[in-house]
Amino acid sequence: MENNDIPAIEARSLTIGYGKRVVQKDLSFAIRSGTITCILGGSGCGKSTLMKHLFGLYRPLSGDILIQGESIVSASSEEDRHRIMRHFGVAYQNGALFRSMSVAENVALPLREFTKLKEPEIQAVVQKKLQQVGLDGFGSFMPSDLSGGMVKRAAFARAMALDPAILFFDEPSAGLDPISSANLDRLILDIREQTGATIMIVTHELPSIFTVADRIIMLGAGAGGIIGDGSPADLKEHTDSDFVRSFLNRRTGDPAADMDNARS
Amino acid sequence: MSKSKGIISQVGEATARIFQNIYGLIEFTGEVVSGIGDAFRHPSRVRWRETISCMNRCGADGMPVVALICLLTGVILAYHSAVQMHKFGADVFLPALVGCTMVRELAPLMTAVMVTGRSGSAFAAEIATMKVSEELDALTTMGLSPVRFLIMPKLIAMLCMVPLLTVVGDFIGIAGSMGVGVMELNMSCETYLQLTRQWIAPKYVMEGVLKSFVFAWLITVSSCWCGFRTGSDSVAVGNATTRSVVTSILLVVLGDAFLAKAFSVIYEIAD
Ligand SMILES: Nc1ncnc2c1ncn2[C@@H]1O[C@H](COP(=O)(O)OP(=O)(O)OP(=O)(O)O)[C@@H](O)[C@H]1O
Ligand SMILES: [Mg+2]
Repeated sequence: MENNDIPAIEARSLTIGYGKRVVQKDLSFAIRSGTITCILGGSGCGKSTLMKHLFGLYRPLSGDILIQGESIVSASSEEDRHRIMRHFGVAYQNGALFRSMSVAENVALPLREFTKLKEPEIQAVVQKKLQQVGLDGFGSFMPSDLSGGMVKRAAFARAMALDPAILFFDEPSAGLDPISSANLDRLILDIREQTGATIMIVTHELPSIFTVADRIIMLGAGAGGIIGDGSPADLKEHTDSDFVRSFLNRRTGDPAADMDNARS
Repeated sequence: MSKSKGIISQVGEATARIFQNIYGLIEFTGEVVSGIGDAFRHPSRVRWRETISCMNRCGADGMPVVALICLLTGVILAYHSAVQMHKFGADVFLPALVGCTMVRELAPLMTAVMVTGRSGSAFAAEIATMKVSEELDALTTMGLSPVRFLIMPKLIAMLCMVPLLTVVGDFIGIAGSMGVGVMELNMSCETYLQLTRQWIAPKYVMEGVLKSFVFAWLITVSSCWCGFRTGSDSVAVGNATTRSVVTSILLVVLGDAFLAKAFSVIYEIAD
């Protein structure tokens, strides 16, 4: 149930894709402020694409995206769009750290560009963020000298640097060991508690979904639209879709058949 | 798979692509110009540290190879001229010929070609790699302008360093030709230098330097543009690099032809 307050993110019959290629069509959902939403779906079904449209990197083929009631699609000027996008913290699937800068400089960059903090304060924030993601002491490393999981965590730290109101994480815990992954879940919950941020996560890690998610939005393969939407417990037990149930119960089965189910 | 297209539609598509590219480049140039405006209005927002490290890479590191190429160009030009001029007893005009050609034409051009190969290709590769690894996307979503963030440091560095390299190239090219004059035509160093000073007007040096500003601009803008409009796989990085070198050298030579005419007109009007 949506109450009267404005949803943090709202998609209205959104069709997303690249050029003529439609990846998902007719997506509609509203995300309440301060909730954690997981986007699930098979590989290649368009989770990252959906995220990139939501945070304004690409324009949707049709439909509208409202951020706190304000359309990011029909924003009148580039400046308006950027002002809305300032609310976002984004951690890309592959990290997308700036490889010409050290990890600490990467995290410090948004602080240097968008705040008037003095250098020592910036360093303090950077230290704190790196500590939170367990990268204490790696500040001076270049991104190319980090492991894949460490790059992800560094990207996570960079996304959090400005304590944004809306955070997008694309598979933050993929490739992490169970302990780091659990720490990251803890961190996500902490962030929400401390800053009240709205968080959207793409992830495949079931334990992590059941720990953090308030709501799951599941995308079907082949532009199948939203095939599951609800709280994790709800979806796990009561849903018509075999695919959704198999996914959440991690049931073995014929993945091809499941995919077909998801399509139908 | 598809039937091979007729020659007319192929030519049509290629032409359309060329015009799209020209349009894109002009549009991009506009963005860069407005970026320069911003840089003047808020100098503190320019990334000076990056600019200086870029100056180091384009200027200081490129110095030896630019010096070498200009030295050799001076020597070769002087040698061929000396052989011919000696036949007509025109030895005393060697410094004028080589000096003017070097200062007005060859030093700026050779420097531009070397800088394209060293720095232009590096710019294109850097930006193309950033595109492939989604770093450009990350910049955009952070609300940072790629023009300000990536291009301004390179542009400022190039606008400072290419003219400087050109002036160094002037001196070294003349020194090379002096070696030929001294050894082949038995001139003394003093005579050679005196003749050089007599024939090379300051306006010619200025002409070369002005040209090199234009070249620096053309190389930076076209290389960065090639980086930006690359595809998103790793083959694309190689393609972007190749295209940047070809485009830059083409634009430099075109610009040179245009400027050569422009300056001769200017001199005519001034005289
Ligand atoms: N830049 C692009 N241009 C064109 N098509 C793209 C582009 N990026 C992704 N696609 C296509 O869009 C579809 C969805 O890709 P996307 O990256 O969103 O999948 P995903 O759900 O995030 O998968 P994964 O779980 O593997 O990360 C894919 O079929 C892919 O081929
Ligand atoms: Mg993805």
